[in-house]
Amino acid sequence: MRSVGTLTRADLADTINHEVGLSRADAAQMVESVLNHMTDALENGENVKISGFGTFLLRDKGERVGRNPKTGVEVPITPRRVLTFRASQIMKERIMASE
Amino acid sequence: MIRSELLQHLSEENPGLRPDEIEKILDIFFNNIIQRLAEGGRVELRGFGAFSTRSREPRKGRNPRTGEAVDVPGKRVPYFKPGKEMRARLNTD
Repeated sequence: MRSVGTLTRADLADTINHEVGLSRADAAQMVESVLNHMTDALENGENVKISGFGTFLLRDKGERVGRNPKTGVEVPITPRRVLTFRASQIMKERIMASE
Repeated sequence: MIRSELLQHLSEENPGLRPDEIEKILDIFFNNIIQRLAEGGRVELRGFGAFSTRSREPRKGRNPRTGEAVDVPGKRVPYFKPGKEMRARLNTD
């Protein structure tokens, strides 16, 4: 597989600038808005489901005992909320088809 | 929140854009991420998180209905790691 670079906010804004015709500043602002709305929903405890892309799922983890891998000392791991991503079937298929 | 609600929020915030333009922006946003992963690259959205792919080794599986052994080929699967800022914002209480 050929090696390609990392896609960033700037690349997304560039494509929006070219294909939709928004100014570079407006395109960058739209990228930010999309990310902010998704982050706000997750922060409010809502899962985010984007059809054709995937689902960002929140999971609450209870307290458990961990261990410092260097010293072996047991430490409590506080309860926390974690975010996982379940890719849509479409995304999985497109990634597999490219091999 | 689902895609149509995201579209709704963006429409309300951007009265100067037509719904079909916002639709196109969302298509570009999500499709470009998938496309880059399909090309073997990664996607880094600082603060939000990073998308990459991970390889799964071929393994022996079993048909759950018949119990018959089958070869499951290796594959590449998408993976998302939440960013530092995202993890902090989910645990602010």
